Amino acid sequence: MIKTLDQIFVLLKEWLVGYLPASWQPVAGVLLSVAAIVCLFPALFALTTVFERKGLGRIQNRLGPNRVGPFGFFQPVADGIKSLTKEDIVPFSADAAVHFLAPVVLVVAVFMGFAVLPMGRNMVLVDMDAGLLFYFAMGASTELSVFMAGWSSRNKYSLLGAMRAVAQMISYEVPLLLSSVTVVMIAGSLSLTKIVEAQSGYSWGLPHWYIFTPWGFAGFLMYAIATTAETNRSPFDLPEGESELVAGYHTEYSGFKFALFFLGEYLAMFSISGLGTTLFLGGWSAPFLFLTWVPSWFWFFSKLMLSIFVFIWMRGTLPRLRQDQLMNFAWKFVLPMCLLNLMVAALWRFLGDGWLRWVICSAILLAAYVGLGLGELRRGKIGPRSYRYAE
Amino acid sequence: MLGEGILKGMAETARNFFGSYLFADRLTTVEYPEQRIAPHEAARVFPFLVYDGADWEAGLRCVACQICEKECPPKCILIDKSKDKKPDAIGKPQFYPARFDIDISVCMSCQICVEVCPFEAIKMDTDFELSTTDRFDGLLLDRKQLAKSNEYYQKIHPTEAAGVDARLEAGRAKSDAKTTAVAVAAAVKGAERPLAKPASAEGVARETSP
Repeated sequence: MIKTLDQIFVLLKEWLVGYLPASWQPVAGVLLSVAAIVCLFPALFALTTVFERKGLGRIQNRLGPNRVGPFGFFQPVADGIKSLTKEDIVPFSADAAVHFLAPVVLVVAVFMGFAVLPMGRNMVLVDMDAGLLFYFAMGASTELSVFMAGWSSRNKYSLLGAMRAVAQMISYEVPLLLSSVTVVMIAGSLSLTKIVEAQSGYSWGLPHWYIFTPWGFAGFLMYAIATTAETNRSPFDLPEGESELVAGYHTEYSGFKFALFFLGEYLAMFSISGLGTTLFLGGWSAPFLFLTWVPSWFWFFSKLMLSIFVFIWMRGTLPRLRQDQLMNFAWKFVLPMCLLNLMVAALWRFLGDGWLRWVICSAILLAAYVGLGLGELRRGKIGPRSYRYAE
Repeated sequence: MLGEGILKGMAETARNFFGSYLFADRLTTVEYPEQRIAPHEAARVFPFLVYDGADWEAGLRCVACQICEKECPPKCILIDKSKDKKPDAIGKPQFYPARFDIDISVCMSCQICVEVCPFEAIKMDTDFELSTTDRFDGLLLDRKQLAKSNEYYQKIHPTEAAGVDARLEAGRAKSDAKTTAVAVAAAVKGAERPLAKPASAEGVARETSP
C-alpha cells in the first residue's frame, strides 16, 4: 500500500500508456510526463502568487487579497482572465519578432530544466548522466531571453534593466556553479538521481543530507544567495527595480506576454528551488527515518514549497541592493567563500570518517566567514549604506 | 557579524506574520466597503457651497463675487454672475451665481477657494466616494450638486463650522447695529431736515439776493 502510494504517479502513467500499442508507449509515456509537468508547475505558480500576496500582506500586518472566492484563493483566476483579455501592445519601434520570441524563449528554457529534476522515487523525466550540466546549460539560456526582451523593446528602461539582469545573472552564475560543484565532488556524479541516492542514508534516525555537513551548509547558503540573484528575486531584484526602472526588461510587455514573463520568473524559482532541494536537502528523501513511509513526491514538494516560503519571507524583509553592492557582494564575498568551500569539500573527502574533519572543516569555514565579513564591513564594501552627499 | 541584521529583520517579519494571525489589533487596515473609519475632522476632498435655511437656491451664501474663480490655480471653477439681485438669507438684495460649476476631475483640492472666500460660502467636503461611469459630465458638478446645507457643514467640520457661525453672527450683529444706527441717524436727520433745509435755503437765498 505504502509502496503503491509512493509510486502512484508512475503506476498511473504505466496504466494509461498500457492502452496503447507497444511501439507508441515510450513516446506516449514521455508526452504524458511532459504534460504533467506543464500542467502542475503553472498550477503551483497560480497558488504561489496568491500565497505570496497573502504572506507579504501578513508580514506587513495587512490582510492581503481576500475578495475573489473563499479567502481570496480565486485571485489568480481573476488575474489570469485580466492578463488574457488585456491589449497586447508592441511598441512602434520595437523589433517585433524578437519582442515576441523573448517570453517564449524564457518559458521554454525554464521548462527544460524540469526535465532532469527527480521529483520522487523513479519520478524523473530524463535520467541524464550529466543532468546537472544540462540543467545549468538551460538555466543560463534564460539570460538570453531577458536580454532579447530588453533589447527588442527599444526602451531605455528595458535596456538598462536587461543590462543589469545580464550583469547580475552572469556574476551569480559563477557562485551558483561553484557551490554545486562541491556536491558533485562528494557524490561523484553529475546525475541528479545519483546525487539524491547518495544522500538517502540515515544514521541515528537522521538523514545524510549534504546540508548537515560544514561544507554542505556553507555551500547551501552560497547556493541560496546565488539562486535569489539568478531568479531576480528581492533583495536582488535590480533588473526590474520599480522605483528606478519602471519594470526593467519587461516594461514594454503587456497582456499575455507579460504573464509569460511572470510565469517564467516563478517557474525558474520552482526549478532552482527543486535543484537546491536535490543537491543539498536530500531531494525526495524523508527528513527522519520514521517518516520514510510518507510518499517521496510529498517530501520533494514540501521542501520545494518551504524554499518558496523562504523566498517570500526574504522578499518581505530585505530592501533592494545597489548595483555596486550587488557586484561587490558577488565577487568579493560569495566567490571567495565558494572557492574556499571547494577546498574544504576536498579536505572533507580525504580526511576520512571521524570527528576531526568536522572540527577542521567547520573551523576553516567559520573563520573565513567571520574574517571576510569583518574585513568587508570595515572597508564599507558591504554592510550598512553610506551616503556621500545626503548626510 | 555579517548577516546579523538580516536575521534580525527576518525575525521581525516572522513576528509580524504570525502575530497578525494571533492578534487582530496588529492589523492596521480595515476592509473598506464594509468597515469604515469615520473621516477625520480636518479631512478635505472637494469644495462645496454652503446654504442657510431650507431652500438651497435662495439660501446660497455665494454672491458671485468670482474671487474663487480668479484664484483657482487649475481653473476648475466657472461662475456666471446673475443680472438681477435677489434677497439672501437675511433679506439683503445680492447678486447670486446663475451658474456655479466645479470640474472635480480638474480640481486639485488645494482649498485656495475656501481661503479667499469673504462670505464663508465655499467649504471643503469630506465625501470621497465620487466615482461615476461618466468621466466628463459625471465629474462636472453644478451648483445644485454643490449646494449643501449649513447643518451638513456643522456635521462634517464641527469646530470649523462653529467658528464660521460665530464670525457670521458677529458680522451680522455689527451690520445690524450699523443699519439701526444708520436708520436712527436717518430718522434723526429726517426729523431735522424739514426744519433746517428751508432755513438754510432761505439763508443762501438771502445771501445771494443782494
